[in-house]
Amino acid sequence: MASPYSKEQLLTMYRKMYLIRRFEERAGQQYTLGKIAGFCHLYIGQEAVAVGPNEALRPDDYMLSAYRDHGQPLARGSDAGMVMAELFGRGTGYSKGKGGSMHIFDIEHHFYGGYGIVGGQIPLAAGMAFASRYRNEDRVTLCYFGDAAANQGSFHETFNMASKWKLPVIYICENNRYGMGTAIARTSAVPEIYKRASAYGMRGEPVDGMDCLAMYEAVKDAAAYCRAGKGPVLLEANTYRFRGHSMADPATYRSKQEVEDERKNDPIPKLRDHALKNKLAVDADFEAIDEEVKAQVDAAVKFADESPEPSVEELWRDTIVEEGEQDVRPRERVLGVKVTNWPKYPSGQELKVTWDLEPREQAEQADKKAGLSR
Amino acid sequence: MTMPELMYREALNQALAEEMERDANVFLIGEEVGRYNGAFKVSQGLLDKFGSARIIDAPISELGFTGMSVGAAMVGLRPVVEMMTWNFAILAMDQIVNNAAKLRHMSGGQLRCPIVFRGPGGAGGRLSSQHSQALEANYAHFPGLKVIAPATPADAKGMLKAAIRDENPVIMFEGERLYALKGEVPEGEHVVPLGKADVKREGTDVTIITWSRMYYFCMEAAEQLAKEGISAEVLDLRTLRPLDEEAILASVRKTNRVVIVEEGWALAGVGASVVDIIQSKAFDDLDAPVHRVTGLDVNMSYAANLENATQPDAPKIIDAVKKVLYREGA
Repeated sequence: MASPYSKEQLLTMYRKMYLIRRFEERAGQQYTLGKIAGFCHLYIGQEAVAVGPNEALRPDDYMLSAYRDHGQPLARGSDAGMVMAELFGRGTGYSKGKGGSMHIFDIEHHFYGGYGIVGGQIPLAAGMAFASRYRNEDRVTLCYFGDAAANQGSFHETFNMASKWKLPVIYICENNRYGMGTAIARTSAVPEIYKRASAYGMRGEPVDGMDCLAMYEAVKDAAAYCRAGKGPVLLEANTYRFRGHSMADPATYRSKQEVEDERKNDPIPKLRDHALKNKLAVDADFEAIDEEVKAQVDAAVKFADESPEPSVEELWRDTIVEEGEQDVRPRERVLGVKVTNWPKYPSGQELKVTWDLEPREQAEQADKKAGLSR
Repeated sequence: MTMPELMYREALNQALAEEMERDANVFLIGEEVGRYNGAFKVSQGLLDKFGSARIIDAPISELGFTGMSVGAAMVGLRPVVEMMTWNFAILAMDQIVNNAAKLRHMSGGQLRCPIVFRGPGGAGGRLSSQHSQALEANYAHFPGLKVIAPATPADAKGMLKAAIRDENPVIMFEGERLYALKGEVPEGEHVVPLGKADVKREGTDVTIITWSRMYYFCMEAAEQLAKEGISAEVLDLRTLRPLDEEAILASVRKTNRVVIVEEGWALAGVGASVVDIIQSKAFDDLDAPVHRVTGLDVNMSYAANLENATQPDAPKIIDAVKKVLYREGA
C-alpha cells in the first residue's frame, strides 16, 4: 500500500524529530559540562509523541506539558536558541532564565508551559478547553503528562469534569513505563492507563508512541472528535525513554537488554524507512536534514553560551502584574522578530456566552421526574 | 444622602452580579453556588440571571475545579472560585500556590492569571478543628498572590469588585461569621483599591491593628477604652499582601503604641510581619513593645467554653492595650 503522506509532510516530521534528538543530545552534553544545571529531563526516544500530534493540530490549538518539555515547543516551532538559552539560565531564554528546563513557555506558538508538579497541569488544560467552549471557539487543547501522573488526584478529578462537561481536550499520557525509577506496573492497579478513561465515560485508546505516523493519525482523529463537541479523549502513547529520568539518573533500575531491545524501535529511523520504502525521499534528503539540523543546534548552543545572564533587577519583575503593564513577547524582546500571532481575547462586552453546562429545560424535566422542587 | 443597609453576603452578591454584567469573561464556580444558591447564600439568584455556563456547580473536587479555573484564567477568562470554606481549599493549595501564583514568573512575563479565590475563613460556630481556622497567613506567605480580608459590607463589595478587575490572583477571606452582618453599602460603582489599609476609628493613645472579624472586637474594645479615657485608633489592614506599610507607620508615629489583633496562630502569623515592619522602620517612635493578641497555639475544640477561650475577644484586647500603656491591673 502506498503511503498516504506527501514528501513534504514526512520530511517535516522527520526534521522535527531529528532536531529534538540532536538538541537533547547536545543538552545532555552541556549538562555534563556544567553549562546546564538543575533538573534536565531529556526526551530522547519519545520524539514521535511530540511531533506526530503537533502536525495533526492547528497552530492556534493550545498545548501544554509536564517537566520533560523541550521536545513539544521545538515541534511547535519555538526558537531552538531561545530554548537552549533557557536551559543555560540566560536572559535570552523564553522565560528570561527564570523557568529553566522544566518551565518552557512560548505563548506566541500557543505552548502554555511545562510544569514541575506531577499531574499539576492536567486541570489547567481542562480550563483552557473550557475557555474555548465558553467563547464558542473550535480550538482544542492538547495536554501531555507522564504515566505516573495518572495516579494523582488531579487526573481523576479533571477527567470527571472534562467528560461531564464535554470539554475539547486531548490528553496524551506519555507512558515511558517508569515514574522516575519505579516501573509503572509496580505502583498501578491498572497499568494500562487508557482503560481508566472508561471510568469517566470517556474515549480512551492506546497508541504506538514509537511511531510518529500512528501518533499523527490518532490525534487527527481525536481532534476532529473534540471539535465536534463530543468531549475529551485520552490517548496512551506507549513510548520509551532511552536515557534516565533526568540527567542525574543513571537508570540502573532497568536492564541493558531492555534498553537495547527498545532502541530497535527508534522512531526516527522508522519514519526514514517509511519514506524510503515508499520512494517519497532519497538518502540525500536525510543527509541534507542532518547537516541543516546540526548547524541549527550548533548555533543554538553558541547563542545560549554567548547570551548574558539576566540582570539582577529581573528578580523584581514578572511576579505581580502592575497596572497597565504589557505581557512580554520573548522573540520580539530577544530576536527583534515582530510577533503577530499573540493571542487576543475578546473583551467582556464583545463576548456572548451561549453555552449551557446544564441546559435549563432538561434539568427542570429531570427534577420533575425525580419529584424534586427547585 | 443615606446609603442602603446590606448584609455582608448581599454586598458580595451585588459585587458579583455587577461585575458579571460588566464583563462576560467573569464566571463563578464552586460547590453549591448554582442551584443551591450558595452554601452561605452569597450567590443567591445568580444562576437564574447568568445561566449554568457562568454560575457553575462544581463537583466536590477542590483541586480539580481550582486548577481548571486557573487554566481558564491563563487564556483570558476571569474566574471567581468560591471555596465553600478555606479549610477545604487546603486540598487545592497546590494549584493556587504552584500554578496561579507562579505562572507569570515561570513564563518570564508572558502569562497573567486574573483570578479570584474567595470564601469564608475564620473560626467559631462550634465546628471543631477541621472547619474552624483562620488560614490567611498561609497565603500571605507567597509572592505572586494578593491577599485581602475585608471586615465591613462596604469593603466586601468594593474589594471584591477590585479583585475581579485585578490582573493577578487574589485570595479573598470573607468572615464566615460576618455574612449576616449589616452595614451601609454604596450603590453601583464602589471600588476599594487593594493594598490600602483604612483608619476605621481615629485615636491618639494607641493603635490597634487588625482585619476581618477581629475588627469588631477591636471596635468594641476601643469603645470601652474610651469610657476610661483611653483614645484608641483602629487600623483595619484590609489587604494582607501587600501590606500597607505607609498607613501602619503613619499610625504608629501618631500614637507610639501598638496592639495587633489576629484570629490565627501567633507563630509565623501576619501580625509577626507587621511587628517586623514597625520595629525596623519606626523603632524610635515606640513608647512600649508591640503587643500581639492572637488565637491560642492549639487546635480548635468543640466545647463552647474551650472555643471561646481559644479566640481573641474585647477583654483580651483591652488587657493588651493597658499593657502597652503601662496601666495598672494589666
